[in-house]
Formats: sequence, structure tokens, C-alpha cells
Amino acid sequence: MTPFAFIVGVFYLAAAVFFVVGLHQMRTPRTARRGNLISAGGMIIAVGATLVYAIALSNSHPLGWIALAAGVILGGGFGIVRSRSVKMTDIPQLVSLFNAVGGGAAAAIAFADFLSRDVSAGLTPTTSVPVVLDVIIGSVSLSGSLIAAGKLQGVIPGQPIQFPGARVLNVVVVLIALGAGAATILLPASWPLLLVVLIASVLFGVLMVLPIGGADAPVVVSLLNAFTGLAVAMAGFVIDNQAMIIAGALVGAAGTILTLQMAKAMNRSVLTIMLGGFGTGDGAEVTPGTSTTANVREVTADDVGLQLAYARHVIIVPGYGLAASQAQHEVAELAKLLTDHGIDVKYAIHPVAGRMPGHMNVLLAEANVPYTQMLQLEEANPAFDTCDVALVVGANDVTNPAARRPGNAVSGMPILDVDHAKSVVVVKRSMSPGYAGIPNELFSLPQTGMLFDDAKKALGDITLSVKQYVTT
Amino acid sequence: MTETLFSNLAIFVLSLLVGFEVISKIPSTLHTPMMSGANAIHGVVIAGAIAIAAAANTPAGYILTFIAALFASANVFGGYVVTDRMLRMFTPAAAPPSLTASVPAAIKPGKSS
Repeated sequence: MTPFAFIVGVFYLAAAVFFVVGLHQMRTPRTARRGNLISAGGMIIAVGATLVYAIALSNSHPLGWIALAAGVILGGGFGIVRSRSVKMTDIPQLVSLFNAVGGGAAAAIAFADFLSRDVSAGLTPTTSVPVVLDVIIGSVSLSGSLIAAGKLQGVIPGQPIQFPGARVLNVVVVLIALGAGAATILLPASWPLLLVVLIASVLFGVLMVLPIGGADAPVVVSLLNAFTGLAVAMAGFVIDNQAMIIAGALVGAAGTILTLQMAKAMNRSVLTIMLGGFGTGDGAEVTPGTSTTANVREVTADDVGLQLAYARHVIIVPGYGLAASQAQHEVAELAKLLTDHGIDVKYAIHPVAGRMPGHMNVLLAEANVPYTQMLQLEEANPAFDTCDVALVVGANDVTNPAARRPGNAVSGMPILDVDHAKSVVVVKRSMSPGYAGIPNELFSLPQTGMLFDDAKKALGDITLSVKQYVTT
Repeated sequence: MTETLFSNLAIFVLSLLVGFEVISKIPSTLHTPMMSGANAIHGVVIAGAIAIAAAANTPAGYILTFIAALFASANVFGGYVVTDRMLRMFTPAAAPPSLTASVPAAIKPGKSS
């Protein structure tokens, strides 16, 4: 190790410390923003050290640097403009897009490194194995994330897309990718073989995500986040860059944890989600009310307004329906009206509310809801016991008390104990079942009133009604 | 060669463990910004783009450098900017008129958001 390489290594170590400290600061909303800036500082150190080292030792043609500069200006420009303009409801697509490009970059790096080596003598497995792994994971992450982003954006239908023979085709594609990968490692290396690995992996990424329903998006985005992290770590192995190995491993861990947590919160195993085809995705609300309506008590916006105006503790349970009708500002307005009149208002947020892990919190934060009002599942459940009115807006399965009993589709799923509230109001378009496809027993409880309407309109009506009772 | 590989493997495995430890303490409230922030961190792949730029001397090398740089910079710049935008919105309550607050809270016209 030359002294120069040693100094660069020290800078990489410093960058890694910044990354870890930055992530660590994200454990409270108060310090999270600083954490992100610390992590950005680590990035500047890592990139700066790499740049100085590369320029000093480079013997490349200026064209290489021109290509780099052109890519940085165009890509960086796109990234900054898009991040500044993106709507908060569209964050999951953007995150998925960044997963895609991160994975794509990692695959491109492995490919370029492979081409620049003298392969006539054959490669040692210490090089060829990470190259192949990087190309496989990076390409799957690239195409899979693009399809996921397309589904989230609505460019590609959210419903699971399946066709006859899809499973067989899947297996064939995987075998081709692995076979060509093994050949690249075992046989005298040749780039056409690596190209086969790349193409088969891109195809596999597409086939993997197409059959997954839109409602499973939180899990898929998390999983692909883990993939991208691993691809970047593999790229670090290929070019012997410790900053990339460390950062990639951190992201791989983050994605893995979120994937497992999301799958648990949805009461599904990662495997069944990846096998796809089970979910109904965005179509869940389409089926008209077919379930039992016998014991359901219907209420008007005015009834709800009256109830809320005379409550002391109110808990709002926002779900996907709220995000879908973009009613986060209306719900925040109602909550603010209530808090201004001395009523205690909290939000109980299930981990999978929204379209990616924690998405609902961002939507509420955008509507100026302070994070001190946002309760996680564990904090929210004891609070329902002393709650006068629980207002459920667009959430369904995550409130179904049937989850506490064995033997049904939601059994064992972590739920919000909305039924413990003295009185419950559910704002919903119809009685249609949620994603799990079973009727929600909460709806037929004696203390529950149903307000059948679009979330945005209903919340506006309720706010008007509350104003009548509280302003005088 | 194998020595480098071994130390890199050790770094990889230990970083995974640190990652599990740090990330599992992050509350679900912050999962979206955290994932977005982790996304920005894998933008470090731009260091790889720099490394292949320094070694590029064929047309294929230039093209791959361009692609890697394009992708990686969109990732790293966009990732940090959007994460910061989200986290800026997370604010604590501005003097919440809770139940313990005295009656005038009800009379005060609401502060405009």
C-alpha cells in the first residue's frame, strides 16, 4: 500500500464514520435533518478523496474525464431539478428511480472494469465473482426499480401482470443469467458472456416486478433498495473501494430491515409477495359493497362534526385512501381547528400506511402536522383506550379486530386497536373489503358510524360542521 | 490479492452488522426519509464512476463512464436534495394548545399555517 493509497483509505474511513453517524441521527425527527447533512458531508469527503487519487494516478485519455463531466452535469442536474419539483405523494416513484440508477451505475462500473482488464490470461475468481454478482444484482435492481416506479406512477398498470408461462420464462431467464455468470467465472473470460448475464438479469428484473400488485409496492421498493446497496458494495469489491463497500452494506442492511418489517406489518411473507399475483393492488376499492351491511350504522358529516366538537381526545387514523384522494391538507385543517379549540388530536399511523414505509408521515408533515402528533403503532394502541372519537379515513384492514382471532386472512397482522375507542367514525366510499378481501368487523360494531363519501369531500364537510359548533 | 479480498469481506460483513444495528433503531415515522437518505448514500457509487473514468481508454469505456456518471450523479444529488426537503418539513408542535393549556386557547383565532 502506497502512502497515497493509505491517506485515501483514511478519508474513506472518515466518510464511513460520517455515514453511520448521519444514519444514527435519523432516529429522532429533531436530529434527522442534521443527520442527512452529516451523511452528505461524508459523501463529499469520499468523492473528493477518490477524485484526487484518480486524477493523480490517471493515465487515461481526456475523453474519459469529459464523459464523466458530461454525465455528472446531466445526471446531477436532472436529480436536483426532479427532487426540488417532485410532489410528496410521488416520493415512492422517485426513490424507486434512484434505486434504479444506483443499480445501473454499479452494473456499468463492473462492466467497464471487466473490459479494461487484460482478460486473455483469464481472471482470478476474486475479481470475476464480484463482477458477475455486481452485474446480476445491479441489472435486476435497474429494471425492477424502473418497473416499480412505472407502476407507482401509473404508467404501468398497478394490477399484477401475469401471462401464461410466466413462471417458466422466469426460471429460464434465471438459469441463463446464472449459467452465463458461472461460465464467465469458470471459462476464459469474454465480454459477450457478461453481456448475456446483463441482458438476462435485466429481463429477470422486469419479470420479477410485473406480477407484483401495486399495494405491495412498499415491500418491493424496500427490497430493491437493499439490492441496490448490495450492487454498490459488489462494485466496491470490483474496484477495491472501501467507501463503496461500507456504504453499500449499510444500505443493504437498511433495505433488508425495512423489507422484513413491511412484510410483517402486511401479514405477508416476502416470498409470497415476490411470487406475486395474489394482491389486488389498486383495484381494491373498485368492487361495490357486497359484504354484510346489516348492522352498519350510517352517519352524516354533521353528526361527526357534533361528536368531534364535544370530544376531548380524538385520534385520526389515516390510510391509503387518504393519500389516494390527496386529502392530507383537509385532514390537517380539521385537526388544527380541533386543536385550536383545546381538543387533543393525534394521528395513529400504521407502518404500511401510504405507498412506501413511513410515507403517510411525510404527507402529514407536508400538511404542517407536527411530528409530535404522529403516533406509531406501539404508541397509538394504548391511546385508543382513552380516546373519545377515532376518525378512520381511508384505512381498512389495519383496523380489523378479526386480526386478533386465528383462522382468517388478517390473523396475526399487527393492527391499530381502533375498536377500543369510545366512538368510531369511518370515512369510506363504500363497504368494499380492503386488500385482504374480508369484511372489516370494525364497521359493524355498535360504536361505529360509517360516513360514505370521498375522503377529501367528507373531511371538508366535517370541518364546516365542526365550525358551527365551536366558533360561537 | 486474497489478503485484500479478505479485509474487504471483513469490512463488508461488519458494515452490514452496523447497518442492522443503526437502522433498527429508526422509528417508522422516519422510514421514508431514512430510505431516501440511504438511497443518497448508495450514490457513493459515483466514486466508482470516477475510478472507471480514470481507466477509460476505449469507446466502450467512455460510454460506460458516461452512463455510470449520469446514473450515479442523479442518484447522489437527487437523493440528498429530496431527503433534505422531506426532513425540513418535520417540525415539532408550535406551542400546542393541549388540554393543560388554559381556556384562552379556545378564544385565540387559529394561527395561520
